[in-house]
Amino acid sequence: MELAAKVEVPMLALETEKLSAWFGDNHVVKEVSLSVVKNDVFSLIGPSGCGKSTFIRCLNRLHEEGEGAKVNGDVYIEGLAKSGGRENIYASGIDPVSVRRRIGMVFQKPNPFPGLSIFENVASGLRLAQVVRRNVLEEVVEMSLIQAALWDEVKDQLKKPGTSLSGGQQQRLCIARALAVRPQILLMDEPTSALDPISTARIEELVMRLRNDVTVVIVTHNMQQAARISNQTAFFLMGELVELGPTSRIFTKPKDIRTEQYITGRFG
Amino acid sequence: MQRQFETELRELKNRILAMGGLVEQAIEKSTFNLQTRDPEVFRQIKAVERRINQENMAIDNICLEILARLSPVAADLRLILAIIKINTDLERMGDQAMNIGYNVNHYREDGEVTTQLNLPSMAELVKNMVREALDAFMKDDVELAQKVLESDDAVDQFKNNVFLKMVEYMKLHPQNIEPALDMILIARNLERMADHATNIAEDVIFACTGEDVRHGIGRAARAKKT
Repeated sequence: MELAAKVEVPMLALETEKLSAWFGDNHVVKEVSLSVVKNDVFSLIGPSGCGKSTFIRCLNRLHEEGEGAKVNGDVYIEGLAKSGGRENIYASGIDPVSVRRRIGMVFQKPNPFPGLSIFENVASGLRLAQVVRRNVLEEVVEMSLIQAALWDEVKDQLKKPGTSLSGGQQQRLCIARALAVRPQILLMDEPTSALDPISTARIEELVMRLRNDVTVVIVTHNMQQAARISNQTAFFLMGELVELGPTSRIFTKPKDIRTEQYITGRFG
Repeated sequence: MQRQFETELRELKNRILAMGGLVEQAIEKSTFNLQTRDPEVFRQIKAVERRINQENMAIDNICLEILARLSPVAADLRLILAIIKINTDLERMGDQAMNIGYNVNHYREDGEVTTQLNLPSMAELVKNMVREALDAFMKDDVELAQKVLESDDAVDQFKNNVFLKMVEYMKLHPQNIEPALDMILIARNLERMADHATNIAEDVIFACTGEDVRHGIGRAARAKKT
């Protein structure tokens, strides 16, 4: 008997369909449709002003918070129901705050909450979600700091202000804070651009380890970083998705001449 | 603004071209020596081969530095990879020219068999392949590289012909086995040079298009396209 070939269909963590974004009349993201495979690290690259940061901010409904900002199109994420399926984060009646709990974000500049201790920084998302039991909080904070590769460095100083840490540690604290609410997807907007090479390397190692638990979408200006850590890379130019593919192919044999010119430094 | 990489790449390509010039010189002298068998020419081949070896090491070092400092990607990365391989092929061609120098002692131009073998014509064909492969590299000329790939069969036929004729010859003249073997070795040296020229042509196609046509894979499809 002939065995049928088994085709593995990757699970998708996120899909955008004709996603557009505006600042006033300025159309900065133009009908972008793409899919992100679950537990992948997905890089967005492109010159300054190409719309990649705006795009990533649309993925957890942050863009619409800005003045004059507008979004059109759909963003689907893997549904929470056991039956599977997908949910549109822009469907009517969806609370943006609940979306941000499922799609966390880490920014370019580390932004620990001033005045809060290391412990309280990580616990802040849980407190907003009405988690108050001390033992639960302690367990989740420890787990998140371990996941963010910061626990060993701060376990004896959890009461110190988050802002007392070094830049690299602050960024890992922010990652721990984002992870504490157990997001499905972690968005990272140039998370290492303000860090030294050692701190950058630690964050990159961390991202590669995190893919076991979470899908990561990262915006980076550092070509080598995208090449080192991501499975898929998308190249944006003037608000449009020019090319998307496996990172190894994009960095050895891009299909579009504009991608070639950008990654080899001929423009941008 | 000229990219730093562009400047360094141009210099590197020029060095490959200069090394290719030395290889052509070595081939020229060794094939010329098929007729002259002049010990002085052999000494000249040795001197050229030494310079090829030095250049081989210098070019490898430059490539290593570029990889470490500039982290090239896409077409730039493919080009550096191609240059590293072309550099090795050129160095091996220098070795083959030396081998011909060693094997040429028994070559007898006016001999009954060697005239039939027409080794100088085979050498001409090989020299042409080397020249065209280097031209294709300098001009990013994929069509010319494809032409080099197609020339390889003719060289293989030459070598097979030498082999068959020499086997027959050895059967009839067992007292002349040594010179006959040398003829086979020279044909083999020339055929290896053509293989290296073919490798260079394949690397040019890879650097320019990203297509890997080695081992005949994708070569037929590419030939059809052109």
